[in-house]
Amino acid sequence: MTSELDIFVGNTTLIDEDVYRLWLDGYSVSDAVALRVRSGILEQTGATAAVLQSDTMDHYRTFHMLERLLHAPPKLLHQLIFQIPPSRQALLIERYYAFDEAFVREVLGKKLSKGTKKDLDDISTKTGITLKSCRRQFDNFKRVFKVVEEMRGSLVDNIQQHFLLSDRLARDYAAIVFFANNRFETGKKKLQYLSFGDFAFCAELMIQNWTLGAVGEAPTDPDSQMDDMDMDLDKEFLQDLKELKVLVADKDLLDLHKSLVCTALRGKLGVFSEMEANFKNLSRGLVNVAAKLTHNKDVRDLFVDLVEKFVEPCRSDHWPLNDVRLFLNQYSASVHSLDGFRHQALWDRYMGTLRGCLLRLYHD
Amino acid sequence: MPGKLKVKIVAGRHLPVMDRASDLTDAFVEVGARSCPSKHRERQVDDEDLQDEPLQITVLDHDTYSANDAIGKVYIDIDPLLYSEAATVISGWFPIYDTIHGIRGEINVVVKVDLFNDLNRFRQSSCGVKFFCTTSIPKCYRAVIIHGFVEELVVNEDPEYQWIDRIRTPRASNEARQRLISLMSGELQRKIGLKVLEMRGNAVVGYLQCFDLEGESGLVVRAIGTACTLDKLSSPATFLPACSSPSKDMKESPLVHPPSHGCRSTHNSPIHTTTGSRLTQNFSVSVPTLIYTGMGSGSAGKEGGPFKALLRQQTQSALEQREFPFFTLTAFPPGFLVHVGGVVSARSVKLLDRIHNPAFVGIMGNTRSYKLLDWNSFNSDEPETRDAWWAEIRQEIKSHAKALGCHAVVGYSESTSICEEVCILSASGTAAVLNPRFLQDGTVEGCLEQRLEENLPTGCGFCHIPYDELNMPFPAHLTYCYNCRKQKVPDVLFTTIDLPTDATVIGKGCLIQARLCRLKKKAQAEANATAISNLLPFMEYEVHTQLMNKLKLKGMNALFGLRIQITVGENMLMGLASATGVYLAALPTPGGIQIAGKTPNDGSYEQHISHMQKKINDTIAKNKELYEINPPEISEEIIGSPIPEPRQRSRLLRSQSESSDEVTELDLSHGKKDAFVLEIDDTDAMEDVHSLLTDVPPPSGFYSCNTEIMPGINNWTSEIQMFTSVRVIRLSSLNLTNQALNKNFNDLCENLLKSLYFKLRSMIPCCLCHVNFTVSLPEDELIQVTVTAVAITFDKNQALQTTKTHVEKSLQRASTDNEELLQFPLELCSDSLPSHPFPPAKEHLESASSNSGIPAAQRDRCSSWIELIKLKAQTIRRGSIKTTVTVEKASPMGEGNFRNRSAPPCANSTVGVVKMTPLSFIPGAKITKYLGIINMFFIRETTSLREEGGVSGFLHAFIAEVFAMVRAHVAALGGNAVVSYIMKQCVFMENPNKNQAQCLINVSGDAVVFVRESDLEVVPTQQPAANCHPSCTEGEVTT
Repeated sequence: MTSELDIFVGNTTLIDEDVYRLWLDGYSVSDAVALRVRSGILEQTGATAAVLQSDTMDHYRTFHMLERLLHAPPKLLHQLIFQIPPSRQALLIERYYAFDEAFVREVLGKKLSKGTKKDLDDISTKTGITLKSCRRQFDNFKRVFKVVEEMRGSLVDNIQQHFLLSDRLARDYAAIVFFANNRFETGKKKLQYLSFGDFAFCAELMIQNWTLGAVGEAPTDPDSQMDDMDMDLDKEFLQDLKELKVLVADKDLLDLHKSLVCTALRGKLGVFSEMEANFKNLSRGLVNVAAKLTHNKDVRDLFVDLVEKFVEPCRSDHWPLNDVRLFLNQYSASVHSLDGFRHQALWDRYMGTLRGCLLRLYHD
Repeated sequence: MPGKLKVKIVAGRHLPVMDRASDLTDAFVEVGARSCPSKHRERQVDDEDLQDEPLQITVLDHDTYSANDAIGKVYIDIDPLLYSEAATVISGWFPIYDTIHGIRGEINVVVKVDLFNDLNRFRQSSCGVKFFCTTSIPKCYRAVIIHGFVEELVVNEDPEYQWIDRIRTPRASNEARQRLISLMSGELQRKIGLKVLEMRGNAVVGYLQCFDLEGESGLVVRAIGTACTLDKLSSPATFLPACSSPSKDMKESPLVHPPSHGCRSTHNSPIHTTTGSRLTQNFSVSVPTLIYTGMGSGSAGKEGGPFKALLRQQTQSALEQREFPFFTLTAFPPGFLVHVGGVVSARSVKLLDRIHNPAFVGIMGNTRSYKLLDWNSFNSDEPETRDAWWAEIRQEIKSHAKALGCHAVVGYSESTSICEEVCILSASGTAAVLNPRFLQDGTVEGCLEQRLEENLPTGCGFCHIPYDELNMPFPAHLTYCYNCRKQKVPDVLFTTIDLPTDATVIGKGCLIQARLCRLKKKAQAEANATAISNLLPFMEYEVHTQLMNKLKLKGMNALFGLRIQITVGENMLMGLASATGVYLAALPTPGGIQIAGKTPNDGSYEQHISHMQKKINDTIAKNKELYEINPPEISEEIIGSPIPEPRQRSRLLRSQSESSDEVTELDLSHGKKDAFVLEIDDTDAMEDVHSLLTDVPPPSGFYSCNTEIMPGINNWTSEIQMFTSVRVIRLSSLNLTNQALNKNFNDLCENLLKSLYFKLRSMIPCCLCHVNFTVSLPEDELIQVTVTAVAITFDKNQALQTTKTHVEKSLQRASTDNEELLQFPLELCSDSLPSHPFPPAKEHLESASSNSGIPAAQRDRCSSWIELIKLKAQTIRRGSIKTTVTVEKASPMGEGNFRNRSAPPCANSTVGVVKMTPLSFIPGAKITKYLGIINMFFIRETTSLREEGGVSGFLHAFIAEVFAMVRAHVAALGGNAVVSYIMKQCVFMENPNKNQAQCLINVSGDAVVFVRESDLEVVPTQQPAANCHPSCTEGEVTT
């Protein structure tokens, strides 16, 4: 007696969250059954392995049919074939677009191209995430990227509207898209200590302050050809950043800046002497990073540079995080007192974001 | 009545990309009521045609240089628009269906019908007769008169077997078949409607329409139903058929009998008390009613005799003019059912092939008497032949009922099983004595005062035997009723009806199944038919014994909803009987099961037997505990000693009416007084005993039954889940024995049930209701079992307070939901979504997700942000959507307008929830309106089976699509549920070698509008929001 056909179709589509997770994780039916058996479900329910097999198959089939719709979540809401309560729809979408930290760290900042897709095998072996799951996550990134790439308006909003993701997840995707678009290098060994969350935080700050969309009133002008406002960094702004170079190029300005900072922080910092000794190096590092951002290559290396030029020196001197914060606050605020410096607004736009990023990046 | 049909194509969405090069689809539609699309914008259509034919909307892709490609079709049955009180407009999104590709996008259509009422009415159409699949009086109606049986059948050639099929595409062939069947069912419905009008009824209840795919010899569409005169409960005016003249008389004729006569005190149901005042037209002289005094408390059993005679006389007169006093109803207005005799069934084996012999040997299933039928070999397509076959069977059923002292048959149904050229026709029902008050009138002389006395014994009257105690039609074991102690009752009762609402039941019920396979030699024509008819009586007997044993094992004494299905295959016969076992308080406690060995001297054997006996006794005790069966102890003296006739036989009267069947010769008794004895004398019996013990009870928290409601559970909560499950197994062809076959079949059914319990575990505590198993044998070694049922949750603790708070909660939720919904600008939703589907859905998922353990906060977050997103999503720019819809032929003027708006106007309204249930009601809700019958037939075929996920993937998708299409039609009618849903046919054929498969599905049900009881105060009457807003005046086609 062999089973030829075995199906179960409910008027309301049954979604088993556990099986959904196994499916998303890319397990085959037999692996999923084995895992479910191990979870002790047979003992709880008194079912047999055959029942479990058939149940898993059913769910897998359903998910397979739903996958096509999940690629365009609004379709899932309007389709008539599967009657799924709204909260379940939300859950399906949210889980489908969820990604693994380990995976996203591998592809963050990489071009979402066929070439990267070929490397998924390696990523799979490296991270222990099944290839199937890697593919799904990669395809999700790519799909979201493609849809919002050419779109105007807020990146997060666009993602949310077209993929019906929760706010949190939409923000994460915004970061992924932003990183993929600007191809920030995140894979260097130096950067391995950073989590996706760190990068996502930075991305959000950068989107808010450094992109075209951040300029504010610009989008209301219908004739402006500023497409992709949230995706691309504001080129003009990057060009202007060269002007900051004066802060380190001009020796007087640099000394004045240093003395202002040192005066303000004396007695407040545990690592005052180290700071004092390193001030010029740090300042040079931060300003040079800004000045180099005109080149795409250097934009990509932004995080490498930040870690090399600022995070690592501080860390080697064992600065506590609070001292870093005090220093950065003072460092950026003191510029306002430099009479010879004319690019206050530019400095604030640059340093405001960079300060936030550095503080986030500064950990072990 | 000619009419004007208005069709408006509003929008399309999710269309497939038809042009690979440009990723575009140049879609346009053709609208037609005939098979040819309408070329003119106005066309006269008679309502006869309107009734027969569905509206057909074809969506095509325009190709400049080649023939236009079909995307798919939408068939819309416009019948509901033809009743005066059902839906007034059909409006909504319909899936575009293609028989090869399945659902391909959706189209938004608005359909209206204006009938010219002022013109002469002519009888060819039967507008105004309402059809219900529900096998009880529909909830918001009241039965004025139940007229009785109506049947009709239509025969045609099957397009699949026409010569043209060799040259046309599978798509064309499938569509021809779909069209033909919907045409035939339309015609059938119209013909039945006419019969109903002739009977002066205005509705058909318990309408059951079936297809017999007879292959070469044709396609039979047949239907049975019960004609009634129904009266809407809410509206004070009596609804009468449009063409029956006496409607005027009715108003003028004075009420001959005042509404009460003690009536009011007798019946507590409002249905009855109001009857008197409205029974005008038919009960013109006086109401023929029976004196019930004899029945109940007053008189002793002896008086039952004369009373019965009287009753018989009465009812007879009412039923006599009727050819077949059959009723397809399974639940009745209180007081309608007086006595139940037992199950009557008849089967007949027929040959379908066109033989050139003028005389045909028709073989009656169980009598084994060969009857010569007039058979014109060339007229196999004549309905007369099929009519004669059925008439014969019905006659037999009638005579069986008579033998049981009954005049009527209730819970009547008919079915067929076809394999190659052999066809088994089956009919079964429950013999019963009915109260003629509801039956036809006029002719019955009102000779008796209506004196319905209070003393009708509650809950046991229907159990009392209708036949004469001294002249029993079969050996039975009678005792005095355990409830009223006055009348005789049988020891067990088998019926095909639902448990009467007033019946007193102890404990809970359970699903009982008897399963049986018998091998048969492959044979041709007559030899085959003979072999089958030789096997049938044995099968019936064995199925019956199994049922009996299992019933005893459960410690119960009555079966309801019994359905015995015999399926014929190439090399085997399958029998599957399903019923719901209950313990009726009125019937005696069932005895245990005694096992007797044949060789009592063998010590080890003896030991084995006693071991077995112990196991059985344990099981009975366990079952009694499980189903909470603890009847009050009654001392023997009160009851009177049972009549010393130990032979146990149920009330199932088989077709062996003419000869004394061999069954009676198989005397199983060993003189034991009240125990059912199983003698283990061969391996077969051994196997029987084993199979008794292999049935595993459902896991705790689960109950199952095949009736409408589960006896003993009445605190239903609102969560329901209807499902269909299909399994096909391939038997290993190596030397199959009956035993192995039985075991396989048994395992198949048991595993299927186990799977269901597992899948629905999140709904615990719940009950599977209306579990409907269908067996078919599509090929030599394949067994297909299809199950449709509904799982309903119930409140285990019966705690009223918790339900109340639950209700309150859902009420709050409902109101907030409504508010949220109102934030959508109404103009955006041309979907005409009634706002109420939301609350049930919410509630539903609420409990679903709470069961699955999502923290409440997360759930709230989910639902709130999805609302937010929905709002936001309205502002989405649609630039990236590349599939544009253009309406060409249908709407030359609206075209430009349409192009501009590439986005469908209501892209962002979510799909309304449509509940589906095989039951006639929705727990926790009130049905406020019946919108008409849903009767749909679909064919799906694939030539890329592997690519579609194999047979399972193919069928899974197809069934999901069928559900979707049913839901879409109901939603378009303004409804939010389908009740009495049934999948009547699911014929699946595969050819894995050719990578092909085909499936035919036929479903039906009643589209309804329901309102949650908790919402009733908030929303008094839910009118389907059928608004088609004036802004979209695209293609309007007047045909």
